Amino acid sequence: VPFVVATNPGGSCPVFAASVVVTCSPHMRVNMVVNTVHWFRKGLRLHDNPSLRESIRGADSLRCIYILDPWFAGSSNVGINRWRFLLQCLEDLDASLRKLNSRLFVIRGQPTDVFPRLFKEWQINRLSYEYDSEPFGKERDAAIQKLACEAGVEVTVLNSHTLYDLSRIIELNDGHPPLTYKRFQGLINRMDAVELPAETVTLEVLRKCDTPVSDDHDDKFGVPSLEELGFDTDGLATAVWPGGETEALMRLERHLERKAWVANFERPRMNANSLLASPTGLSPYLRFGCLSCRLFYFKLTDLYKKVKKDNNPPLSLYGQLLWREFFYATATNNPCFDKMEGNPMCVQIPWDRNPEALAKWAEGRTGFPWIDAIMTQLRQEGWIHHLARHAVACFLTRGDLWLSWEEGMKTFEELLIDADWSVNAGSWMWLSCSSFFQQFFHCYCPVGFGRRTDPNGDFIRRYLPVLKGFPAQYIYEPWNAPEELQKSVKCIIGVHYPKPMVNHAEASRVNIERMKQIYQQLSCYRGLGRNMTRILITSYSHFDARLRVYRVNSAPPKRSTAAASSLNLW
Amino acid sequence: MLNLTSLFLRMKRMKGGEEGGDSSPGNSSPEVCKKVRTQNTEDSEAGVASEFLDSDWARLPQELLLHIFQYLPLLDRAYASQVCRGWNQAFHMPELWRCFEFELNQPASSYLKATHPDLIKQIIKRHSNHLQYVSFKVDSSTESAEAACDILSQLVNCSLKTLGLISTARPSFMEVPKSHFISALTVVFVNSKSLSSLKIDDTPVDDPSLKVLVANNSDTLKLLKMSSCPHVSPAGILCVADQCHGLRELALNYHLLSDELLLALSSEKHVHLEHLRIDVVSENPGQHFHTIKKSSWDAMVRHSPKFNLVMYFFLYEDEFGPFFNDEIPVTHLYFGRSVSKEVLGRVGLHCPRLVELVVCANGLRPLDEELIRIAKHCNQLSAIGLGECEVSCSAFVEFVKMCGRRLSQLSIMEEVLIPDHKYSLDEIHWEVSKHLGRVWFPDMMPTW
Repeated sequence: VPFVVATNPGGSCPVFAASVVVTCSPHMRVNMVVNTVHWFRKGLRLHDNPSLRESIRGADSLRCIYILDPWFAGSSNVGINRWRFLLQCLEDLDASLRKLNSRLFVIRGQPTDVFPRLFKEWQINRLSYEYDSEPFGKERDAAIQKLACEAGVEVTVLNSHTLYDLSRIIELNDGHPPLTYKRFQGLINRMDAVELPAETVTLEVLRKCDTPVSDDHDDKFGVPSLEELGFDTDGLATAVWPGGETEALMRLERHLERKAWVANFERPRMNANSLLASPTGLSPYLRFGCLSCRLFYFKLTDLYKKVKKDNNPPLSLYGQLLWREFFYATATNNPCFDKMEGNPMCVQIPWDRNPEALAKWAEGRTGFPWIDAIMTQLRQEGWIHHLARHAVACFLTRGDLWLSWEEGMKTFEELLIDADWSVNAGSWMWLSCSSFFQQFFHCYCPVGFGRRTDPNGDFIRRYLPVLKGFPAQYIYEPWNAPEELQKSVKCIIGVHYPKPMVNHAEASRVNIERMKQIYQQLSCYRGLGRNMTRILITSYSHFDARLRVYRVNSAPPKRSTAAASSLNLW
Repeated sequence: MLNLTSLFLRMKRMKGGEEGGDSSPGNSSPEVCKKVRTQNTEDSEAGVASEFLDSDWARLPQELLLHIFQYLPLLDRAYASQVCRGWNQAFHMPELWRCFEFELNQPASSYLKATHPDLIKQIIKRHSNHLQYVSFKVDSSTESAEAACDILSQLVNCSLKTLGLISTARPSFMEVPKSHFISALTVVFVNSKSLSSLKIDDTPVDDPSLKVLVANNSDTLKLLKMSSCPHVSPAGILCVADQCHGLRELALNYHLLSDELLLALSSEKHVHLEHLRIDVVSENPGQHFHTIKKSSWDAMVRHSPKFNLVMYFFLYEDEFGPFFNDEIPVTHLYFGRSVSKEVLGRVGLHCPRLVELVVCANGLRPLDEELIRIAKHCNQLSAIGLGECEVSCSAFVEFVKMCGRRLSQLSIMEEVLIPDHKYSLDEIHWEVSKHLGRVWFPDMMPTW
């Protein structure tokens, strides 16, 4: 029996339990023709797609659609690698659906315009999609649900993009998202087991379901090419990260094979090779949903139990998946999560505003080969190792340039294939010490860090060929190389390659002072109980303006020797 | 924190003319109150709320208003000052203008809002002689720093006790023409005559202006922070130490430190020094740094046995030659760049007073021995932070065991700990927690 689930009019997280069906028309004749539409957004796969499966049950016709505008999170800031990855995912879906006597329908337009038209044209009475926990997604979906209601369309929404039902995690934490990763892990330990992935959609499943495909399907609903979208593909190298579910599943197998062969589930030691794109890397596929996180979770668990002969895998086994889950959970109820202003989780830091400096960083022209090589790899291929991300994020924000993490986040959004709204914003806040209680004393050196990771400098030579003549001794700091050496390798610093844009020692000295100033203001609340401090720190941006004024307008606090005497770095 | 409910109750009591007797503030006559009260009890529908809408609010005593206003942020106070003349008067009471923080930002260089220019004008006009504790926060633009200097130049009637010039991003005071800055600063030095606390890091202050500071404020100066002031020489700071005998806290760069300075600070006439912060910054690789005699440090410790010596090092690895070869009474040590194993070994041997240690980076050779040595010799150590370093899990557990519960702050990046035959990463936090007597985890960074 269909039932109505009330969505909170404020647009915040609707309480979705394991399965929810929303309908506004209680009168459904049993022998009515059921025409269903499945709306792909993320979740670009046929395995573990419970909302699709549910939608197909009892349906007479199925059309799987993808709406191409707006893309996600209301942002049109998307580079060519990401578009290409998406288009490849869509091609792959279309090919897989073809094998099931169906097709993918790519539709141009805005969902709020597209759906009323489709409901009418195709006589739709059922709509399904995977639950999207991000605030923009929830808002968009609430609008579509309303339209569906008005058109008498039954909506099926199920969770399969995250391991858990995020609202349950938040509920377990007294209605607040967990602000530390450790706390999050504690909550995970108390959650019920992860739901098993849904069975893959097969020919058998679609047996009774038909997809009406017209002759001009490719013209009307075909997957566009990069050129059709307006990109210049002259000289575009082949994709290092090919999109699609097929590729994702193949990589998963390889990833697990490698783990089994090494029989080592510990965090791998970083070496020069780790910096390069791996054929078993999975993050872009998780982001687009070509690979189900739940499938990955269970496959990891099974493998661990088999190889280690141990039925209790540690939480650290799922590191990558849990970090992703953590950021989704912290972001889901916070539409301002990707900003500093108005974001209760973000420390208000007086970042500098300098478009010229930002451009140098984004375009790999900082004069620090380690930073520039990473940014070049990012722009060319769409992926960089997570420690490389830490290095460039630290350099942009609290380490050297003192620019806003929002700018860095936008650049990653453009270039990084696996960047999604929650994880990208959350990670940038973390790395810039704007949230999550991250200690700020630790700073990545743009010379030393790279050198320790790849002493020979092959990564630099690969992505910055202009520097390839420099020996390992100077390749991370070519400005220190003697002039004759620079001449002999045909690379004069300042001419063929930029001079370093900051003095790192000076910049880090200045910046550590700035961070201290900010955190000292917060630490005046340290004397309060733990809960109070946590609440204050989580909502301090409301307090922040007042915080400073409180301190200024009351009598100046007695100089506590405790505060004065420490490094004030904690 | 003021309890507004009790305030309302007190007011009710005052109005009702009850015999409470305490602090009946004078101008509300019982007859007027009674009249007002009867009027209000007539509209019992409106209830208690209506009682608060009457004019007695305007006759709140000034002392009470002052007390309340002190809790309000400036903007709210400004709104309150528009309510009536009485509240407007209260808004301008000198006590509310003792402290002020001028925030000077330009939209092109900052995301944050600035103090409104009209408010600044008002303060200079009406309250400059009330100001005692003042700070300027400027963004990275020269414009903001110049605006700060302009305001400073106008504070001729101020008798400041505290002055802070704070750059919130790139040090923009250094971009201001030196003469403009110096003349603005000396206005304050000359007029205040009672400066107790002065923060002028990253500014173009010079020796002559320090002489002016000393000439006018030597009796009152207690705190002077002037890290990274390139125009000051060792002689300039020595003048301060010689004359300002009440100086308790001093922050400067290593090039200003001299044996004479330490001896001056340890002279009989001088009070006990509480806090000395030294930044050791390399301008160019291979820079040479002078040494300080052990006897000078000894004199400091004899004179001020409890003083904190805080040192921040931003050097290349091969520039540490002059340091840590002799005992040095450093208490708080921060290595902002990579520091070699060998130097950390010397730290273990020569820093018996060490309380806090932070190592940003070291390199990929385990610091096992060095850490154990530090645990053994630095008996006061209560806080340690390790960034890009490596320590084997066993050595780390040993270190924690030796330090025991005195370690109140243990901030170790997860990547630092190298699992070995005895401990895996999952096991180590239990072991460490056991020895610390509280739950402990390493610091984590997200895996994207």
